[in-house]
Amino acid sequence: MACINPDGTLSAVARDLLRLLDTPHTAEAAASALGLPLFRIRATVRELSRAGLIDQTEAGFSCTALGGEALVLDAESER
Amino acid sequence: MTDVSQPPVATLPRLGEAAPSFEAETTQGRLALEDFRGSWVVLFSHPADFTPVCTTEFVALAAAAPSLRERGVELLGLSIDSIYAHLAWMETIETSFGVEIPFPVIADHDRAVATAYGMVMPGDGTTETSRCVFFIDPDGIVRAMIYYPLTTGRNVDEIVRVIEALQTTDEKQVATPANWRPGDKVILPAPRTVEDANERLARHPDARHWWFCETDG
Repeated sequence: MACINPDGTLSAVARDLLRLLDTPHTAEAAASALGLPLFRIRATVRELSRAGLIDQTEAGFSCTALGGEALVLDAESER
Repeated sequence: MTDVSQPPVATLPRLGEAAPSFEAETTQGRLALEDFRGSWVVLFSHPADFTPVCTTEFVALAAAAPSLRERGVELLGLSIDSIYAHLAWMETIETSFGVEIPFPVIADHDRAVATAYGMVMPGDGTTETSRCVFFIDPDGIVRAMIYYPLTTGRNVDEIVRVIEALQTTDEKQVATPANWRPGDKVILPAPRTVEDANERLARHPDARHWWFCETDG
């Protein structure tokens, strides 16, 4: 899975997107906020959704509890 | 004597039909054609990484990428190389030519996308993709295709011109004549009834014929 590296860490785009989705965003709003093409956000959203790290609400995509844990683990691996 | 036996005919995408869907590993993560919905896509294949003609094409396409994006067009490259070869080649292009490749490139190791799009031409080369270009519109429809052999680098100006022509056609419901460039006159679709033909001449008295009517683009 491209958004999760073989060593279990998050890809840079996945990490940035998960952090952003602490508050719900649409794919378009996330692309604008991160300065990335919409196709990259859609692809990352799809992969993170498959992994259960984000889900979709009425307000847009948001980070799940599992996504929050992934961010914590990712930060710990950076130390 | 030349062997003229023919290999099985591969199914190729056709103009006006849905582009084959795919999900593939690229230099910008795993992407699906569906991720580009709402944008034009120029999907192009090159024979191999670390080859000179392909390098000149990538440099030229990288230069065109910003203006294409302004037109709502995303570039998407492809070859039957590994993701590591792609990354190393792009790094080399940046260090040797000072050009950063801004578009994703599919690592089509299993040839799944190349096969779906008929990018391998056995008569041209059996182990690599030919220089194919597919113009896919925001609804995922194949609108134009260009095939070049391994030996001939593509004309990036022509790729941009085709996009401009297709977008003009969609925007104004017109056709574009030979060698058309933005700002040139465009061609109105020919009328299909006697009444419409007469009306065309009445509205455009300077038209060459009822079936040949140019107007400002």
